[in-house]
Amino acid sequence: MVREKDWRNTLFDVFNHVFILGLGLLALAPLINLLAISLSNSAAAMGGYVTFWPVNFTFENYLSIVKSPAIYRAFLISVERTVLGTAISLFLTIITAYPLSKSAREFKGRNIFMWLLVFTLLFEGGLIPYFMVIRSLGLLNTIWALIVPGVSAWSVILLMNFFREVPRELEEAALLDGASHWQTLWRIYVPLSVPAIATLALFAAVWHWNAWFDGMIFMTDNANYPLQTYLRTVVIDLNSTTIQMDVTKVDALSQRALRAAMIFVATVPIMLIYPFLQRYFVTGIKLGAVKG
Amino acid sequence: MVAESQIGRKDGEQRWGAWLRVPALADPKTRAYILRNWSLYAMLAPTLILLAIFAYYPMYGVVMAFQNYNPGLGFVRSPWVGLANFERLFASPAFPRVIGNTLIIAVSKLVTGQIVAIALALLFNEIRHVPFKRTMQNLLYMPHFLSWVVLAGILMDILSPMGLAGKVQQALGMEPIIFLGSNFWFRPVLVVTNLWKEAGWSMIIYLAALLAIDPDLYEAAAIDGADRFQRIRYVAIPGIMTTIILLACLNLGDVLQAGFEQVFNLYNPTVYETGDIIDTYVYRMGLVQAQFGVAAAAGLFKSAIGFVLIVISYRLADRYAGYRIF
Repeated sequence: MVREKDWRNTLFDVFNHVFILGLGLLALAPLINLLAISLSNSAAAMGGYVTFWPVNFTFENYLSIVKSPAIYRAFLISVERTVLGTAISLFLTIITAYPLSKSAREFKGRNIFMWLLVFTLLFEGGLIPYFMVIRSLGLLNTIWALIVPGVSAWSVILLMNFFREVPRELEEAALLDGASHWQTLWRIYVPLSVPAIATLALFAAVWHWNAWFDGMIFMTDNANYPLQTYLRTVVIDLNSTTIQMDVTKVDALSQRALRAAMIFVATVPIMLIYPFLQRYFVTGIKLGAVKG
Repeated sequence: MVAESQIGRKDGEQRWGAWLRVPALADPKTRAYILRNWSLYAMLAPTLILLAIFAYYPMYGVVMAFQNYNPGLGFVRSPWVGLANFERLFASPAFPRVIGNTLIIAVSKLVTGQIVAIALALLFNEIRHVPFKRTMQNLLYMPHFLSWVVLAGILMDILSPMGLAGKVQQALGMEPIIFLGSNFWFRPVLVVTNLWKEAGWSMIIYLAALLAIDPDLYEAAAIDGADRFQRIRYVAIPGIMTTIILLACLNLGDVLQAGFEQVFNLYNPTVYETGDIIDTYVYRMGLVQAQFGVAAAAGLFKSAIGFVLIVISYRLADRYAGYRIF
């Protein structure tokens, strides 16, 4: 790389580093602020005395969350949908991507199936017909309403393109040795595509953890709300009267510190997997992060 | 009827028989090929069934837009009303408003999002200190992975009188501004919070394109006497031009995507005038007020135009940037 030692260059570098450092801190500041509020006692938070450091440090907000059965239940539902949803979508994505990664000559009808999949990216029935389908299938208030349809066309296309990079010789050798497609997929393709599959798994898990709208419309009983949906009723939908009131919820509506703690709890799992996510950003780009 | 179905069966039997007699099947290699390949169809079957139920059946469900939909009767038996739902939709004063809001919000977010992402990528590309660069990248990517419920919750706290923004305003001696209750401020808030969540993440694609530029080009430009800014102007920007064009084309497909999750978590009736978009309107009409027909009509209106836009955007992306989704 070119290195020059003139003052304009140095000035640019200084400005650039300071500017980007500033942006980084700006992105971090709201989260630090949130954490500080959640660790302050409610009087300090309500009085507006907290900026980036807790005032009258306390764990009381987190303790009341831990003691709330409603939050505990919502948390478990979120864990359940994330684990189940990610596993199912990953399995479906793998077994769908494999046949589609074949050429139309090797796999008759491949192009028709491909179009059936891609068309779902171009056109959709929309919210109301989708809701009616879920309802008529009796899936309201079941975890399945949050997990189906289970397969995203984008993930399939990404994995299919990855499968196409697998050397043909490996597959031909396996098939000659009498291996079935099923065995070839799981013994050759999947082990060679671990980075792609891990990327899809992490992104699917983040998606499931963060999803809240499906919980809101498909769960008519708020005892079935996943965490993000529950959180929404507390921190955003302040005027909702249709919700059965849990003691913690009533407190949270009036207590800023408790609300902050709840928001923070909902982000903790994301922060925990963030270091793993980072590793796969590059794979994500390679797979074509054009469409998040 | 009976005769017809019998003929049908006979034909079927004949076809089946003919298929069994295909000489190629006598060939053991071909037979082995078929024996091996039935599993490819079996692997696709679960996804095809799910798509049929959860993607194609709802697509058929757009007939709701032409029906007086009755949940007890379903898509098939609900009475048809022709274009009555569309007439009501187009006559509603809310309709031009939500279309306008959708376009204005979506386009402002797309344009600012891409420009900021490109600028950020160019600035990050000039940083040579790798740990610093990586740390800052990870800080800027993080909001992308948080939900709009979380971000809206944080934002509402910041914008409250006792929040960070309230304190800054107090310190400056300003009148507190109710950002989320003001038709003047609501759209700017959407644009800025969209940058907060997505600008860092959108930068990734441009950074990757910048990394792919041959370092010799920078070297050669420097030898020719180009300074830092000229190298950005004449090497870096042309180097990522294809990517810029590609994203510009693809973004065309998103001009009706104003961001339901963001708007829904931040808006309230005071700012419907500037913030109500097609998606939030469909939700309220359909799932709150149970006006299924009108809501489905508004949804179909968006899906149909969205379909045309996406097809055009892929065509353009293919022509100008050689992009194919598969």
